[in-house]
Amino acid sequence: MIVAILTISLMAGLFGLILGYAAIRFKVEGNPIVDQIDALLPQTQCGQCTYPGCRPYAEAIANGEAPINQCPPGGQATIVALAGLLDVEVLEPNQEHGEHHDIPLVAIIDEATCIGCTLCIQACPVDAILGSAKHMHTVIADECTGCELCLPPCPVDCIDMVPIKQSIDDWKWPLPTLSEEIVHEH
Amino acid sequence: MSIKLHKFHGGLHTEDHKKGSLISGLQQATLPAQLILPLKQHIGDSNKPLVSVGDRVLRGQLIADSSSAISAPVHASSSGIVSEIGARPVPHPSGQSDLCIVIDVDGKDESIKQKTSPIENLSGAELIDKIQRAGIVGLGGAVFPTAAKLARGNDLGIKTLIINGAECEPYITCDDTLMQNYAAEVVSGIAYLQCILKPENTLIGIEDNKPAAIKSIQLAIEKSPLSQTEVVSIPTIYPSGGEKQLIKILTGKEVPASKLAFDIGLFCQNVGTCVAITRALEHDQALISRIVTLSGNGIQNPGNWEVWLGTPVSHLIELAGGYKINQAKSQHLVMGGPMMGFSLSSDAVPIVKASNNILVMQQQTIPLTPGYHDECVRCAKCVEVCPAQLLPQQLYWQARAKNHERSEEYHLFDCIECGCCAAVCPSQIPLVQYYRAEKSEIRTARQAHFKSDRARLRFEFREQRLLLKKQQDEERRRLKREALQKKNPKIPDRKVEVDPVQAALERVKARKQTQAAEPRNTTNLTPEQQQQIEEADARRRAAREQPK
Repeated sequence: MIVAILTISLMAGLFGLILGYAAIRFKVEGNPIVDQIDALLPQTQCGQCTYPGCRPYAEAIANGEAPINQCPPGGQATIVALAGLLDVEVLEPNQEHGEHHDIPLVAIIDEATCIGCTLCIQACPVDAILGSAKHMHTVIADECTGCELCLPPCPVDCIDMVPIKQSIDDWKWPLPTLSEEIVHEH
Repeated sequence: MSIKLHKFHGGLHTEDHKKGSLISGLQQATLPAQLILPLKQHIGDSNKPLVSVGDRVLRGQLIADSSSAISAPVHASSSGIVSEIGARPVPHPSGQSDLCIVIDVDGKDESIKQKTSPIENLSGAELIDKIQRAGIVGLGGAVFPTAAKLARGNDLGIKTLIINGAECEPYITCDDTLMQNYAAEVVSGIAYLQCILKPENTLIGIEDNKPAAIKSIQLAIEKSPLSQTEVVSIPTIYPSGGEKQLIKILTGKEVPASKLAFDIGLFCQNVGTCVAITRALEHDQALISRIVTLSGNGIQNPGNWEVWLGTPVSHLIELAGGYKINQAKSQHLVMGGPMMGFSLSSDAVPIVKASNNILVMQQQTIPLTPGYHDECVRCAKCVEVCPAQLLPQQLYWQARAKNHERSEEYHLFDCIECGCCAAVCPSQIPLVQYYRAEKSEIRTARQAHFKSDRARLRFEFREQRLLLKKQQDEERRRLKREALQKKNPKIPDRKVEVDPVQAALERVKARKQTQAAEPRNTTNLTPEQQQQIEEADARRRAAREQPK
């Protein structure tokens, strides 16, 4: 009886020590699920989800504060990916937050109208606008995420959102069109 | 010396349909009225035009170039006036238009002044540079810039140089014709490649259905000082001309998944590219023409033509006596062979560096009805024929489900799109089209992911920068304040100073408290004031008590 109690206590103590050591040695910094969610978001930093950037939205999803369908730039593909990651139901995109564009948009500054006020530069979350005070500004198209955050501050309304120019290299082979009806008739 | 041949997995014995186009030998195509030269005829980065509308250009003149290392410049194929720089239909599976330089040919075919420099003393790097400036790309079909490939191969060190003259796809005979007619140039091109890459040995793989080509190359090698170079007759089986398959046949080695031939010390080059290299180095001649096969059951006189790049396909078809049935939509045009080629939207597209064959099929002889196929019956015939040893039916399911991760797990990107699986499929599933669609979906997703990673980095960097700026500003203000205080101690330190808002609020609060205790105008009264108050009170009382 005594031996049994001692053995069990000894084992409990030993495992406790191992677990305690492991908890310190293998401690995970931050919340890894937030990183995983953040990696699936399109990183436009547009704030249409009502959070100030993609990472805050990822944190909100991880904490269960926000549904997964508030990201218009990501569209249905992002919702499906998030649903897969979090093992939740796929939702319809929430239209209240904005519209998804199949071809991503890019900002373009009408250089003749631009007065060089630098307001759009301050608004751009990814530093994709180049220019200085009282000089013309221009958008680095490759870096623009199409977040539209530069539109409201512009006092002369000289920024337009245009679809990214598609070239022949962007063309995608289509999947063979499989007409279900014809297949069934056969 | 003869080497032991190996076999690759799968493959198909196809009807080769090559005789028809071989009868008339090599013919020289005439100049068309207009040359249409797409700015991009290679794999890699796009070119920018160097001429403008109205310029007169000469044969061999550089008309488009790029500063990128992975690109190939474009040269004018003949002399004439640039009449347009704009979007024209190009040979592309999308059927879309791309930027082209259109030259109205003047028929004089004047060449730019060539100063042929001796090449005996040039180093490998200088030879590669000359090849780059001639706009040479791999003419076997991949159109990868040859100079970039050579530079990479040179860096990694090459043990065996493999020259690809297999030409395994049905209907195509352009390399066969080239080897029969330009054997000497093929061999001297090989000599230049050996000079650059310094391989231990060289193997020239030619399928045994081309005895004339094998013989002429062998004769040319005997006449040349080449050593350690052997022509190998390989069995005819499709796709023996695939780079990885040819390597397996000749050396028994397998190129590991997602690696390239030069990663294992091998370097493959097509015979047509060897001729282009010879011309570039010996005659300073840019790549402005190539041999094109015109074949299929829809053309009057199939054959091989030496064609100026930029020649419209319709011009070539006229040279071949036109279509057999001259009606709209009565023929189906394919660029490349029947296994790997793609349909052309019209015969207005030009011949480009990649065009080895134009296949003209009569529409009624094509069995496949587009837009319909049976379901997979899991017969696994595709697995038996796949030369890349993949599982085509698994790839098909994953591609249909757009399951990118699983597709990559099944090594989708090792698929060489040879079409063997689709050819044997009893359900006639256009398998390769599924794979191509899935590949382009994955590439697009990768690009989007790359872009979003970049955006995240830039966003985080900006946040950090703003934070740092704020901290620096505060630090600067603090230092300034301290310096001021040292100079003039009377200036109160703002840090110990009470917040003015808070102070005002407290003052108001204190005042309200004293006001609430008792009205201030009833204390410390003089006797006269006291008397006045009492009189007023008495008047009020009297007024109230007065009967109404």
